[in-house]
Amino acid sequence: MVATPAHLRRSATALGNEEVLRIRNDFPILQQHVNGRPLVYLDSGATSQNPLSVLEAEQEFYEQRNSAVHRGAHHLAVEATEAFENARETVADFVGADWDELIWTSNATEGLNLLTYSFLNASLPGAAPEAARFALAPGDEVVVTEMEHHANLIPWQELAARTGAVLKFIPIDDAGALDLDAAAGIVGPRTRVLAFTHASNVLGTINPVAALVALARSAGALVVLDACQSAPHLPLDLKALDVDFAVFSGHKMLAPTGIGALYGRSELLNAMPPFLTGGSMITTVTMERAGFLPSPQRFEAGTQRISQAVALAAAVNYLTETGVDRIHAWETELGQRLVQGLGSIPGIRVLGPAAGEERIGLAAFDVAGVHAHDVGQFLDSRGIAVRVGHHCAQPLHRRLGLTATTRASTYLYNTTDDVDAFLNAVADVRAYFQA
Amino acid sequence: MSLDQLYQQIILEHAKARHGSGLAAAAAPEGASSGQSHQLNPTCGDEITVRVSVADGQVSELRWDGDGCSISMASASVLTDLAEGMTVEELRTVIDSFREVLRSRGKVPADPEVLGDAAAFEGVSRYAARVKCAMLSWVAAEDALGQALAA
Repeated sequence: MVATPAHLRRSATALGNEEVLRIRNDFPILQQHVNGRPLVYLDSGATSQNPLSVLEAEQEFYEQRNSAVHRGAHHLAVEATEAFENARETVADFVGADWDELIWTSNATEGLNLLTYSFLNASLPGAAPEAARFALAPGDEVVVTEMEHHANLIPWQELAARTGAVLKFIPIDDAGALDLDAAAGIVGPRTRVLAFTHASNVLGTINPVAALVALARSAGALVVLDACQSAPHLPLDLKALDVDFAVFSGHKMLAPTGIGALYGRSELLNAMPPFLTGGSMITTVTMERAGFLPSPQRFEAGTQRISQAVALAAAVNYLTETGVDRIHAWETELGQRLVQGLGSIPGIRVLGPAAGEERIGLAAFDVAGVHAHDVGQFLDSRGIAVRVGHHCAQPLHRRLGLTATTRASTYLYNTTDDVDAFLNAVADVRAYFQA
Repeated sequence: MSLDQLYQQIILEHAKARHGSGLAAAAAPEGASSGQSHQLNPTCGDEITVRVSVADGQVSELRWDGDGCSISMASASVLTDLAEGMTVEELRTVIDSFREVLRSRGKVPADPEVLGDAAAFEGVSRYAARVKCAMLSWVAAEDALGQALAA
């Protein structure tokens, strides 16, 4: 079991059902009925819902401040720029970063592509000398894990294919934990990048960041953390974790779609070649060449997602006011309730850590004799929203001998009644499909 | 629409019976021209390989191997029962008719005279996310048929 890092060890009181019922009042979408039943939303691992304060922040921006940022001297331009940059500070602070280390992206996928394309640019002839530390060549190695979401796998595959570097992976054991003994033999002097997920979107495992960072440091490799399933759900301090880069998506943490962030250590970001180029990211431009601004604007070409950034800051404020440690404690309880409940239903195989072991508030499972798509349809008929399929982790499913599973994932607005309604429905699935 | 209208009994039965399943274990019939097509639904990972064999202008055999949800497996099973013994033109007509119903979002009723047991999939057309499941084996069969005729 992974020990909680000291800086995160707090005696947090978990949210309770009564408080969650109050929280639910802030989420208009959760008030509806689906197929004649109250909506039970257990798909926040895919995308979360927005509280009124987030919806209002975006609307307020458009009603009061809408303008392009970082240009123009008029009142609205100043207001918009202030809102945009305040949002950056709020979100950076939320993940333990400095403001100039947080780059807006559309989502985590774009953040990872920004990184890999920047590294690719660094690998091309004519790249700036300071970019050499990011350049990959034949003989270099990039290491990921077997449990990665496709977003933290395919960009590295592409980068390796284009530079001649070799992509390796750290395997998992049957319980879904990373094989750290194997990792010690895989991460070595040739490793240039170690990219891994903080928490698995399928298994619910929380990976031992400190051990993996230590491995990477001893090999002189850069560390990239996929924080998609951690930033929304547990206190996150990227500087304390000592990773070089991290990505997360706003829509998984109460914000709208279209906004996410890439964190990078400032010293690294300012040495990296830009990914997208154009307006807003330059110093002096001639017909022949251009100079580039430092981070974050270095990586923010073109008009940005301003209202979405403002909305993400409102989401972060909502999470902070509720207490991320308390949310984490509550979701841990819900996660255990899911695993224990599923484990007591005949024909259900839960993936990942066993009951009693650390996991985030989600559980993916296989139902003997019933395809995940059918499980999801059955649950939907009872108003229960879950995710079905490979959850963008085909290699992980293949490793576990499966093609598709069903996943229930919780958030701060889920009650124990939600989990119980889900468990009761799952208990009826096999009978319905005559499995 | 209720779940039972989607999962009609005939669909649940075919999902288990899987008529025509077992392509890998059966060699293509001799004296017939055969074509084979593999189709994948990347959103859910459903996969199917369908082999269609044609002799004297008639579908002499349809065999498949697949892994997927009850809708996709039942659909392949029903297709097998329908297709075998049909002329090439009849199979094309029934595939076109099935596609029209499935893509109609519930607007085009299934004609049991044309579609037989496949009319049971009419309800699937109201579930946009499941249309591809039902169509998977039919798309594969259409492609395999084209290959058999070109061979």
